[in-house]
Amino acid sequence: MYAEFDLTIPENLPEALKALGVAGKRAVPLSGGTNVLVDIRSQRIAPDCLLDLGHVHQLRGITVEQGRVTLGARTTVGDLLASAEVARYAPALVEAARVFAGQMVRNAATVAGNVACGSPAADLVPPLLALDAEVTLSSVRGSRKLALADYHVGYKSDRREADELITAISWPVPAANAFGGFYKLARRKGDAITVTGVAVSIGIDGRRCDRARIALGSVAPIPMRARKAEALLEGAEMTPDRIAAAAAAAMEECSPIDDVRATGEYRRHMVGVLVARLINAAIQAASKE
Amino acid sequence: MSRDKAITLHVNGRPETTVVPPHRTLLEALRGLGHVDVKCGCEKGDCGACAVLIDGKAAVSCLTLAHSATGREITTLQGLGSTESPHPLQQSFSDLGAAQCGFCTPGMIIAAESLLRSDPDPTEEQIRHALSGNLCRCTGYVKIFEAVQTAAAVMRNAGEAK
Repeated sequence: MYAEFDLTIPENLPEALKALGVAGKRAVPLSGGTNVLVDIRSQRIAPDCLLDLGHVHQLRGITVEQGRVTLGARTTVGDLLASAEVARYAPALVEAARVFAGQMVRNAATVAGNVACGSPAADLVPPLLALDAEVTLSSVRGSRKLALADYHVGYKSDRREADELITAISWPVPAANAFGGFYKLARRKGDAITVTGVAVSIGIDGRRCDRARIALGSVAPIPMRARKAEALLEGAEMTPDRIAAAAAAAMEECSPIDDVRATGEYRRHMVGVLVARLINAAIQAASKE
Repeated sequence: MSRDKAITLHVNGRPETTVVPPHRTLLEALRGLGHVDVKCGCEKGDCGACAVLIDGKAAVSCLTLAHSATGREITTLQGLGSTESPHPLQQSFSDLGAAQCGFCTPGMIIAAESLLRSDPDPTEEQIRHALSGNLCRCTGYVKIFEAVQTAAAVMRNAGEAK
């Protein structure tokens, strides 16, 4: 490691919140370390202190209670892959977890860390957006919940106050008629940054759509919902024309840039392709039920 | 003020004490203690050369802080077996030519061991998934997957014979 920092290792959540309350902006919470330590090494961040949450075991775990699935903030990507509840209530999240980095990063990286890193290419965020996920933020002042869709406000910028810690991510158990998926377009299956990521969740009532969520990664400063595309589908009959219109709307809504991985034009084109493909796959999955 | 602190790491079943600052990674601390079977590759969690088992699960030691690893069981390649008494994975990697330059091999074997501890009979797809964080630049993946399958069979047979 090139930069120096102090390390605090609290033994439980109250200690962690207290330490964060004192240190504020000078401290960065550390969980899996797969973003924070890389960012320190590459000199993108230079915190005075890291708050290692490795001993705060109460933050790790998956529960299903009162119609909500809740992930403790330290639940790892590997934990998602091993969970029968997540497989049942968030299959698109499992698809994203499968193609997340490499195995050892999956063993360490946490769901909350992927949300907190603020990257537009954070692969777990589009499926969580499609699930209407909420973020729980806690501090010594108390706890509050925010819709994940409101959490990120700009590139690597979010609504977490300096003394707050993400303690949980949760979402309502999806309706029985919800179908969807996630697709990561990247150069390889493992160890690759996403060129375009799309998550879709469609409530299918006969030929009609009663709920639509379309979330896009790597095509805007933050992972985003394609709300115009969603509005075109909700309440409508899902004809090929309507699906094409929704895909075209999603292409309009995103704002991809050119970078080393792809051109913005290619990314925008693939948003259209993948949105239509995932909606059709959801309709097909529903017809098999 | 020096931020250095004496810590005790449990490596391959033995306690080892070292004085390191909080920003020292487990990779740096282990190599400083002479565990050069843990390789330093990309230092950002992409290549898997620095893999060790932490409490039985494969982890990249370049993204683990040494101070955070105290109180946990760390196993490096040499903790699995030796030249005289190799682990079945070490034997099969050697027998099947699954190593070319050898730099990625310790990480490959650690990641494979982590898989076989949770699933003694993995499919090729599961092996590919478990080794997806280990890069081999000599491009010898086919032999590596064969070696993991062979070692898995040897370990299953040994388990049944007991």
